[in-house]
Amino acid sequence: MNSLLDLNAIKTDYQNRAKNVTRRIIICAGTGCMASGALKISNEFKRISTLMGVQVETELKKEETSYNLLTGSGCQGFCQMGPLVTIEPEGIFYVKVKPEDVSEIITETVLSGKPVERLLYKGNISGKSCKTQHDINFYKKQTRKILADCGNINPEDIEEYISRGGYEAAKKAVTEMNSIDICQEILNSGLRGRGGGGFPTGRKWLLAQKEINDKKYVICNADEGDPGAFMDRSVMEGNPHSVIEGMIIAALGIGADEGYVYVRLEYPLAVKRIKKAVEEATKLGILGDNIFGTDKSFMIHVMEGAGAFVCGEETALMASIEGKRGMPNPKPPFPAQSGLFGKPTIINNVETLASVPGIIKNGALEYRSIGTKESPGTKTFALTGHVVNTGLIEVPFGTTLREIIFDIGGGVTDDEGNLDPDGFKAVQIGGPSGGCLTAQHLDLPLSFDSLTSIGAMIGSGGLVVMNKNTCMVQVAKFFMQFTQNESCGKCVPCREGTKQMLALLEDITEGKADEHTLEILYNLGLAIKKASLCGLGKTAPNPVLSLLGYFREEIETHVMQQRCPAKKCKSLLTPVVIEEKCKGCGLCIKKCPVGAISGEKKQPHYINEALCIKCGACIEACRLDAISEGV
Amino acid sequence: MNSENNLYINGREIAIESEKNLLEVIRKANIDLPTFCYHSELSVYGACRLCLVDVEGRGINSSCSMKPEPGMKIKTHTKELRDIRKINIELLLASHKRECTSCVKSDSCKLLEIASKLGVEDVRFKKSLMNKGIDSSSPALIRDMDKCILCGDCVRACDEIQGIGVLDFANRGSGAVVVPSFGKPLGEVECVDCGQCARVCPTAAITPKSDTQEVWNVLDDPQKYVVIQVAPAVRVSLGELFGYKDGENVTGQMISALKHLGFKKVFDTSFGADLTVLEEANEFLGRIESGENLPLITSCCPAWVKYAEQYQPEFLGNISSCKSPQGMVGALIKNTLPEKVNVDKKNIVSVSIMPCTAKKFEITRNSAEFKDVDYVLTVQELGRMIKEAGLVFGELEPESFDMPFGFKTGAGIIFGNSGGVAEAVVRHLSSNLNGQDATVSDVIELRGSNGIKRKRITVKERQFNIAVVSGLKNAKELLNKIKSGEESYDFIEVMACPSGCAGGAGQPVTHNSETVAKRGRGLYETDKMLQLHNAHENPLIKEVYESFLETPGSKIAHELLHTHYKSRKRFEGGISLIQSGEEKKKISVCVGTSCFVKGSQKLLNRVVRHISVEGLSDEFEVSATFCAENCDKGPTVVVEGEIINHCSFEDLKKKIDTFRSE
Repeated sequence: MNSLLDLNAIKTDYQNRAKNVTRRIIICAGTGCMASGALKISNEFKRISTLMGVQVETELKKEETSYNLLTGSGCQGFCQMGPLVTIEPEGIFYVKVKPEDVSEIITETVLSGKPVERLLYKGNISGKSCKTQHDINFYKKQTRKILADCGNINPEDIEEYISRGGYEAAKKAVTEMNSIDICQEILNSGLRGRGGGGFPTGRKWLLAQKEINDKKYVICNADEGDPGAFMDRSVMEGNPHSVIEGMIIAALGIGADEGYVYVRLEYPLAVKRIKKAVEEATKLGILGDNIFGTDKSFMIHVMEGAGAFVCGEETALMASIEGKRGMPNPKPPFPAQSGLFGKPTIINNVETLASVPGIIKNGALEYRSIGTKESPGTKTFALTGHVVNTGLIEVPFGTTLREIIFDIGGGVTDDEGNLDPDGFKAVQIGGPSGGCLTAQHLDLPLSFDSLTSIGAMIGSGGLVVMNKNTCMVQVAKFFMQFTQNESCGKCVPCREGTKQMLALLEDITEGKADEHTLEILYNLGLAIKKASLCGLGKTAPNPVLSLLGYFREEIETHVMQQRCPAKKCKSLLTPVVIEEKCKGCGLCIKKCPVGAISGEKKQPHYINEALCIKCGACIEACRLDAISEGV
Repeated sequence: MNSENNLYINGREIAIESEKNLLEVIRKANIDLPTFCYHSELSVYGACRLCLVDVEGRGINSSCSMKPEPGMKIKTHTKELRDIRKINIELLLASHKRECTSCVKSDSCKLLEIASKLGVEDVRFKKSLMNKGIDSSSPALIRDMDKCILCGDCVRACDEIQGIGVLDFANRGSGAVVVPSFGKPLGEVECVDCGQCARVCPTAAITPKSDTQEVWNVLDDPQKYVVIQVAPAVRVSLGELFGYKDGENVTGQMISALKHLGFKKVFDTSFGADLTVLEEANEFLGRIESGENLPLITSCCPAWVKYAEQYQPEFLGNISSCKSPQGMVGALIKNTLPEKVNVDKKNIVSVSIMPCTAKKFEITRNSAEFKDVDYVLTVQELGRMIKEAGLVFGELEPESFDMPFGFKTGAGIIFGNSGGVAEAVVRHLSSNLNGQDATVSDVIELRGSNGIKRKRITVKERQFNIAVVSGLKNAKELLNKIKSGEESYDFIEVMACPSGCAGGAGQPVTHNSETVAKRGRGLYETDKMLQLHNAHENPLIKEVYESFLETPGSKIAHELLHTHYKSRKRFEGGISLIQSGEEKKKISVCVGTSCFVKGSQKLLNRVVRHISVEGLSDEFEVSATFCAENCDKGPTVVVEGEIINHCSFEDLKKKIDTFRSE
């Protein structure tokens, strides 16, 4: 019999070694910051510190001398302001750092602990410099639980994870709890699936726990496919061990000995980090045979999916792991009864699994202290669109859209990115499966049920803010194009229906719609919602149905008056010559492909509406901006 | 009625018996919910969304995928459901090539039937044809993907019945399409032409290839002397096209119709079947004597023969060298008829009516100057020719087959059923060996629609271990057991189509498995009605041997009635990366598409490096092979004959180490 794995020894050892670190330079190495040059910054730190003779190490040393430590972290959420650099222990937080700033940071901050004023974030309204993350509204108003350590710890160092109490929950589960206790604790916590459906996680686990079978599986669904959503990616990049720990607990809960992380190929960094984490956990005996020195076993495979949206649907995901075409299958049977390779399987989303260790460690009651009664805990969102601060955020359930958009997001912007206090028009929540919410919903406390009741859904957590210049028909068309492209093509309503819905929306934006169009669109939407095979098909019409519900007037204006109030539907715009500006140069006459423009030289020209094909060539041609997009 | 086991359909109580799903209970209650993708013999797919029902408390669900539960309250035709069904059909019609009046499937198209049943009078959606074109590369089948409704029936039939899987889906969204492997034309992939895909296809997306025009042409040519033979299973199915009951024997009218169409002689393929019994039994006894090439496997089914050539070439020596009954009759026609009717051999045209699409491929196997059979027509094609000629089928005066190749025993008739060939051979052995006959109850067990039937039969104190298989997936399963030594047989009958030729893809279109069963019963009835039941009792066969063929297995019989096979396996062996040697252990890494995407190339590179770095190239040879046919469990590596699935480099290293330590 092996002896139990001693997490405390690893923890103490790490903490002892960390004592010798004078300052720690943390560079955000999330995908956003990497794209804006984080790697260059990191290399520059190494190069300049060597030149300057300042000791900067990239790993904790055994020796008892003091030095500075340079590490990368997972996504810190403030992607728009990257690359981000934090200097601990002061927590001095620099935004938009460039390689030429590095030497100043070393002399001022690393060596003397003083902030470099010009690199600090300045509040967009107050203009005040913020020294640390805690001074910034974007962070101040959030409750970071799942993301707590993302952006802090080195995701590629298992010992640092352990030093902060990591894997204690898994150890507790394997040594002190039986499978029913584990499932019951999760059930009591009220944790609900973060993948979109919001099914109670504990109930799912109990279903699988009850099944008697020689083999069971745990799958982590990391096939985040909503356009604009990157919560799961960030957790895997920033704190992969929290996901693995959640999977271990899930496996113990249902009695599984094998698991898969199904992650999309387009997330190379997440793939790399999760693979590294599995490797390190296996080395320590946390995964593999006899985990933590007990007689239990659990191994994890990392499987890269090719990135089909439909593979986020659980039955399609399992088909994909089995080597089949990723297409959903009818439920029942549910995966908990007959899942991967026909065995009882639970599939949980990344964020759900990352929430699990905290519940086991601190108890269900503590978990319930945040959020609402029916939707406890926090939820991460990817905040994008016409909003001052975009990025990854985490808030408790029950938070209102107003708080998210105006406090954390800093308010709505116009098309040029300037704050526009009256600019709010709508927010699209839940990506292509969700719906649009309007000003009337700004004070609605967000939860699984409150959103479902108004025809939207949390989905995986995309939040796209839209200002008043947005054409809602175009937005619906965008999402419909997405679902049509990503429909697996299996069932008739989704494959053929979304194609026809898209065609109807195109008719509307091109002025070809008539009084029947909206009725057909609505009936078709309802049929797809009710008749589709899988959840993705059933929710595909949501963006259009919510458009018909909340923006009826706007869409009717398109159809009945052939007019786009936001002036985004080109085919509905008739260019108009602004007489005061027109000098009668004749350039537009030359460029017009259909001869719709006429006029005397040096006299204002005019456009014949009946002939105009609305191609916009005249607008582009005019050097005096004398042709407006029209009405 | 035990009400504890009842559910309620539209408020009416109905008992749940052994039904697999809710749809079957509903159909039992005489409500014919429409479906495209539901076939009782295939897996549940749930894509057409027509069998939707409203289940109280659970909302709208597809009934094909739901288990019936006591107390369920189900509604089958609410306004909502009717609207959804109509919209679904309209959506399908919007992207369907609607040339119904000139479509080959117009009399049996399920889409047309359901659209009319549901009262679809208008298609409110935009026409969205893709113009995918027609694939006519196969000798047996035509694919028109603009008529495909993507129900996936063909994909599942090919995979689940035949275990081949040449068809699958490609692309997503509205671009989704069913394609043969690698997107190639059907004629260029490993299709065995069995046509089960066409049999289950609800529209004309896959149909048997038609050769009626060519046959009309030769019938119209005064120079040509056109004769025809008719397979056993045709006479019990042709009537379906003319309003007869399922399984009714219409031999007399059929012969009359063929004569009306202009065929000079009408022969019976069952004569060839009788002949096959004699030749095959002789071959079988010879092999029993020598103990070689056992089990003997039948060769009547061309789809099976092609399958074996492609996938099981190691069994080619076991397959009987007998031509199929069609081939035998064809050879006799071409070699004896010219003299008898005084027509130049080149002007004799030999046509056959088959329940089969693969027979269209079979006649292309020999590249001899004179083909045994020049054209193969399916029952569907014959029905169309009779209708085109305006013959009132039911009113035709019955006529008889022409002699000599028109006389048969019941043994030749039952060839049309799965188990028929085996039974005919057992009958023959019984009366040719000395001692106790096989009992009726023995042979009865060879009958029926089970995919694999196994029976040890004692004939005259000798025991024969017999297996009867239909469906190539079942054949594969059985052959694998033989390979592994788990089972052993003396005689195996293989038919590619479930239930044998009665369920062939050239038969009239039916989606009712009971129709196929009735055809089978019709054949056994015909057997009963005939005077003789044993092939060797056929007096005209005796005459043919006496006058011409000498004895079964004679030199001339071999020349005319036997054939040979060749391996069609795409890849044999592999590409050797570390040179082979006699003493070396063999490692083959599959680099077929599926294993490749699962990383077998990397694995291969690592193992090659490992072997050379560790200096093991004297002990191991490494080769890259193509598809090891374990695609779902890749990467697949074969080490000294042992298959390792989901193979990682560590697994392989461990294996290499075990071999080294031995």
